[in-house]
Amino acid sequence: MATAFGSQFSALRGRRRERWSDLSPMRKREAKFGFLFIAPWFIGVLLFALFPFIASFVLSFTKYNIVAPPEWVGIEHYEHIFTDDPLFLKSLKNTAVYVGGSVAIRILLGFGLALLLNTKVRFLGLWRTLFYVPSVVPIVALSIVWLYVLNARAGLLNWFLGFFGISRIRWFADPDFAMLAFLIMSTTWVGVTMVIFLAGLQGIPEEYYDAAKIDGANMAQRLWRVTIPLMTPTIYLNVLINIIGAFQVFTQVFIMTGGAPRDATRTYVLHLFDHAFQYLPPQMGYSSALAWILFMIIFAFTAVIVASSQRWVFYQGAED
Amino acid sequence: MSAISARSAKLRSDTLNRATQIIGRILLYGILVFMSLWFIAPLFWMFMSSFMPLEQVGIFPVEWIPRVWQPENYTDALKFWKFGTTFRNTMIITIFSLFGDIGSCTLVAYGFARFRFPFRDTLFLILLATLMLPFAVRLIPVYAAYDAIGWIDTFYPLIVPNFFGNAFYIFICRQFFLGIPQDLLDAAKIDGASEFRIFTQVMIPLAKPAIVVIAILSFQNSWNDFLGPLIYLKDPDLHTLAIGLYKFTSLPGQGGIYNQQMAASVLMVMPVLIVFFLFQKQFIQGANLSGMKG
Repeated sequence: MATAFGSQFSALRGRRRERWSDLSPMRKREAKFGFLFIAPWFIGVLLFALFPFIASFVLSFTKYNIVAPPEWVGIEHYEHIFTDDPLFLKSLKNTAVYVGGSVAIRILLGFGLALLLNTKVRFLGLWRTLFYVPSVVPIVALSIVWLYVLNARAGLLNWFLGFFGISRIRWFADPDFAMLAFLIMSTTWVGVTMVIFLAGLQGIPEEYYDAAKIDGANMAQRLWRVTIPLMTPTIYLNVLINIIGAFQVFTQVFIMTGGAPRDATRTYVLHLFDHAFQYLPPQMGYSSALAWILFMIIFAFTAVIVASSQRWVFYQGAED
Repeated sequence: MSAISARSAKLRSDTLNRATQIIGRILLYGILVFMSLWFIAPLFWMFMSSFMPLEQVGIFPVEWIPRVWQPENYTDALKFWKFGTTFRNTMIITIFSLFGDIGSCTLVAYGFARFRFPFRDTLFLILLATLMLPFAVRLIPVYAAYDAIGWIDTFYPLIVPNFFGNAFYIFICRQFFLGIPQDLLDAAKIDGASEFRIFTQVMIPLAKPAIVVIAILSFQNSWNDFLGPLIYLKDPDLHTLAIGLYKFTSLPGQGGIYNQQMAASVLMVMPVLIVFFLFQKQFIQGANLSGMKG
């Protein structure tokens, strides 16, 4: 899949564009059927992606509460966000902590576990299942279970930490620990990342390792010089997908804390959601402005990662 | 003399190697067992606590086995939660969405995989780009549009978009279609089959593995969805399982009634776990192709 994504972009380069009038009648017929088959998606993309994308940009310059028509206010919302909304910065900071922490956890732990499972362990299927199961649990149920796990008085996590001499932590009452609690909870989904890495590792031909061994490479060198370079397409895709996902963390925070204590867990999308759907009257225009800023941030991150990928992502069999 | 010492040195390094190997294996399985416990313990604890009496769920240090098995927790939890209604609503949304996803995504994927037309690659690139569009940007205009056409408090906002294809499922399906040999299609064409006949009678049966993966992802998506039902369904009679569970646990007086909360959670998790164990292979395949969650 990772390679498929990469090749998709390179496929576009250097292709001659065909003109409709140049096509033979048979090719025209084929093209018509092609358009017919993709029509549902094309209509969908206009209705559910392009329209809202543009509309939310326009709405971000208006005051809008759904009931009354939008009222133009220019860049007032953006001014307010950058100069007079302390929760904007706070929620951005909390989100940055979550993005950095949870992506690191998922990539490092996921990759580490995949490496362990790729050493011809016994009961591979069993371990994989055990690691993967928590990530299929619906997020609402998971949030309720973790509220109990993270309970300061009787929770499973404090009981576990007790074995290491750590006294009970009041996870959601202490602003210093609340975000950490969500990071610990994010280990739940490590199994998904691990499964993807494991599939990638299993695709590396054994001969590469044999050749490296003959050249006298030790385990660390084989990991660093063979495994990791060959895995860069998968790492790249996972970093990208997980960053985009983590920036939008919402449901568990909404259910478990609602941003408490003292906005220590107020994430960006929660802030945006509250403006649109919790506060009265709804501030849909302000919320749209927040959404567009989030879009720009995610876009910038994506662009930097995609641009940097040429330096560190290697595709097998690529000419350059 | 020197040969003997060399041999004993080799022997020593061999036993050393064996020792490090054994220690390495013990370490490896130790880590695997520990991590398994880390992942499974919360779920196991949820299950056990759902049968415990109330006095036991607040105990520290934690206990694992119910002192008295109390299945009443389940019936008590259901008193405050129209499980039947929410289950039915979730099933309706899930099944219709499933058909919408499978139908539209196979069609579109086939179009991208098997026909040449102008701007095809550009359009496909746009399709991939929509994967990166944050839902927050689309949320408000889409909500306002549904409000304007009177679709709030109906299932339509949760079902209808699935009939217009999902970029990610289309991607999976297209990859699969690209792998099917062209000869099969040519044979059908020579036999005079129409494009749609080829699609429904040749491609769809061959694409079963990809369709199962899409079906599972779609099922998971609808069953687990929280934000959609939260904003579109205000009428309690239309609530889904996810909303029902959330509303139940946030009832006044539910704070700390962990045994009932866990019982309610088990009820929501069970169907997913059953599907997971039935279709484990496809779940793993789906994850392989995705990694889009969370």
